[in-house]
Amino acid sequence: MEMIKNALGRMVPTEVNGRAVKPYAGAFADMVSGRRKAAPSIPRCFPGRINKVTNGLDQALDKLPLRDGMCISFHHHLRNGDYIVNMVVENLARRGFKDLVLAPTALFPVHDKLIPYIESGVISHIEGSMNGDVGRACSYGKMKKTATLRSHGGRVRAVQDGDLHIDIAFIGASAADCYGNANGVAGKSACGPLSYSNVDSLYADYSVIITDNLVPFPCIPWSIQGGNVNYVVTVDSIGDPAQIVSGTTKLTKSPTQLLIAEYAARFVEEIGYIKEGLSFQAGAGGISLAFNVYLAEMMKKKGVTASFAHGGGNSVLVKMLEEGSLKYICEGQCFDLDAVRSLRENNNHVESTLSISYNYHAKGCIAHMLDIGVLGATEIDLDFNVNVNTHSDGLLLHGTGGFPDVAAGSDVTIITAPSFRKRIPIIREKVTTVTCPGELIDVVVTERGICINPRRQDLIDKTKNSKLPIKSIEELMEDVYKITGVPEKVELDDQIVAVMEWRDGSVLDVIRKVKI
Amino acid sequence: MSFNIVDQAVSGKADKSDVLVSCCKKEPGYGVKITVKSSVKAFYAKHIESLAAKSAEELSVKDMLIEIEDNGALDFVILARLEAALHKTGYGAGKNISGEICRDYFKPEFSRLRRSRLYIPGNNPDLIINAGLFGADSLILDLEDSVAPEQKFDTRYIVRNILTCKNNFLGSSERIVRINPLSCEYGREDLEMIVPALPDTILIPKCETADDIIEVEKIVKKIEHENNIESKILFMPLIETAKGVINAYDIARASERSVALCFGAEDFTRDIGCERTRDGRETFSARCSVVYAAKAAGIEAIDTVFSDIEDSEGLRKSTVEAQSLGFCGKGLIHPGQIKIVHEVFAPTDEQIRYANKVMQAIEEAKSRGAGVIALGSKMIDAPVVERAKKTLELAKKMGIETAKKEVR
Repeated sequence: MEMIKNALGRMVPTEVNGRAVKPYAGAFADMVSGRRKAAPSIPRCFPGRINKVTNGLDQALDKLPLRDGMCISFHHHLRNGDYIVNMVVENLARRGFKDLVLAPTALFPVHDKLIPYIESGVISHIEGSMNGDVGRACSYGKMKKTATLRSHGGRVRAVQDGDLHIDIAFIGASAADCYGNANGVAGKSACGPLSYSNVDSLYADYSVIITDNLVPFPCIPWSIQGGNVNYVVTVDSIGDPAQIVSGTTKLTKSPTQLLIAEYAARFVEEIGYIKEGLSFQAGAGGISLAFNVYLAEMMKKKGVTASFAHGGGNSVLVKMLEEGSLKYICEGQCFDLDAVRSLRENNNHVESTLSISYNYHAKGCIAHMLDIGVLGATEIDLDFNVNVNTHSDGLLLHGTGGFPDVAAGSDVTIITAPSFRKRIPIIREKVTTVTCPGELIDVVVTERGICINPRRQDLIDKTKNSKLPIKSIEELMEDVYKITGVPEKVELDDQIVAVMEWRDGSVLDVIRKVKI
Repeated sequence: MSFNIVDQAVSGKADKSDVLVSCCKKEPGYGVKITVKSSVKAFYAKHIESLAAKSAEELSVKDMLIEIEDNGALDFVILARLEAALHKTGYGAGKNISGEICRDYFKPEFSRLRRSRLYIPGNNPDLIINAGLFGADSLILDLEDSVAPEQKFDTRYIVRNILTCKNNFLGSSERIVRINPLSCEYGREDLEMIVPALPDTILIPKCETADDIIEVEKIVKKIEHENNIESKILFMPLIETAKGVINAYDIARASERSVALCFGAEDFTRDIGCERTRDGRETFSARCSVVYAAKAAGIEAIDTVFSDIEDSEGLRKSTVEAQSLGFCGKGLIHPGQIKIVHEVFAPTDEQIRYANKVMQAIEEAKSRGAGVIALGSKMIDAPVVERAKKTLELAKKMGIETAKKEVR
């Protein structure tokens, strides 16, 4: 395999599974002029009452042109409650198909059941995102081919640009009609938006809705539209409601997480961003949620209103929306039932497709309109490069999510993380894997110090007289090493098990096999 | 220390930031064998093994299987657990294997802010390592009520190591250790282990008579002398029984090392046989008594803990009340409570403005050579001036800008 050094100095391959790829050249460096988007084949439809409902999954699969090596896609709106991925893969395995390319937007522990199919070659590799034990299996070299990891925006781009052709999209829906219109806000398995599957329904050769709640035509709202759907499969249950979303997101009690969140919010205040029309995105982790709470308090005190919050909806944001300190929530997923309810009932809480939210090969995306992005990390290095996918021992345990898209788009990108986790320091000389280049990271906030990227002299100037514990990233690394000791270097195998794609499709880094 | 030497002993647990060390004596000729399991094995297994080997060598351990199950413990924790487990099997009595004792952070101050007094269970390394980050005025490393009897022995090693560690895990907070009462079997052993590790202050629980303090002082003095400790370790008697309340004044005066009397409502209500209620009427008189006793003896009084960490409004109310009764601080069990308590004890802008006016009036009167000082229609007498000075001093201590609060 030919290897080439990319703009971050990482050695990356020039082809992945036979497909030529370019080395990463810079966060916004790719030249796409002259290229055109991929397009689905032309279907046709006739007037009349069409019923796309099949007699179970088997009949739908009987009708579909199944083949070895085809690419099947899924969304992760049902999170750890999802029954769909396992159900479809088990059926295809029973039918003897192999070398399938799995293109999920994310996987959860419930999908650990896929590991035997990865080991037996039913699944040749994953394109998209993986975590937990499936990621571990990938790290140990159990996948036949090289996996490709993409951000949410990167996945949409890959589908639209033709790098990832989906043969069949399987789309779980908590409500659907016989025509294939579907949403995720109604029914016993309600999960919120179905936005992750929007691009799949538009670009896949075939789309199949799988629902446990068939409603009379038309199913409104229609997150997925019947014009893009071939078949509708009804099943008893698409997922375990208790695992799909939590009731109400509980705020963390961890004093350290609260402190980090408070530092981040105070930083935002000190650089003058607690202002009318603020826009922000913070994830659903303990620190991010607490950050939202502190932010809301500060905005209330100052009497200002945020224009919109982007990203995963949760009860904290819903409360802000209902109390009037936030005008809109634009989201791609829901983290709790409060968010699902709000999305269903509140006109100022809207579903946003991944293309609208994150796509770099578009005429604009919401992430590029953000003032503040707050994100987590497993490692950060002295160049501010961030790793969210692998641990320091090289194991691939986390998905990328929208991280690179939010970091690229936000005016101020803040990483929040404890300075060490179970003795393992977070700030390192070099990250194990680059998920996001340091040029897009502005601030790192830990409980033992806040580091501003030297590229952001404006932020350094604004916080010159701050009482916050601001220090250089080198200083913080040394401080933490004094506590934890310097960890031993981990030797990885030469074999590449996955490539990390940048938003534009270039290769940012590789993930190597972990020695068992 | 009094305990039975055993052939097999454990210390610690495999919780986050902790380690379980098991020692098992073997037949002669076995040598020392060390096994390490760890959630951070890839990075620290060799280090942990060498730490154990060095400890065994230092204590001349013979024929022992040392099994280590680590979950990201820092060195001071690993050493504490190793030392405790080995000690139980008869090795290294009294010898500190964690190397030199760091005395850099020992700063006993008689008079300092003690608004927030945060309890940290002494046997919980995961809470201890970040305890110094929250800006509590005082941190109490607890050996008493939050530690189960079978953990008392092991906990002392953790608390001793955190106090003597080169890394400053406790920040600029006052370093307090709550020992067990001398009336039980643990109190004396606590002092023997903790005093040489130099806490700023010792919190003495269940104080009922002056003798309780005098007895502690006698032991502390002896240990200080043996260890060539020059600065005096301070005391903080904790009053938590009816008898203690009745004898509070004598307790407060029993030692010149005592900096404040603390009140403990949980044990007190149990002692007098009533329920502890939210508005605390049942402890009102006792709390007042403790304040009067402390003030009469020339020291401060600190109120009981507020134990509902979810109820921030309740905490605010309770702190406002404590302040109004004459207490200078509250006991806390979660770092999230600190901010509210500090807010309550901070002088208000109005108070600072008035204090500035008073001080200005005095200056003006002085420059005019006037004997009688008036502010508006009010006479300014000595107590008013004293209070104004105190307000400004307190504000300064708390880092509140006083000059900005202009005289209007």
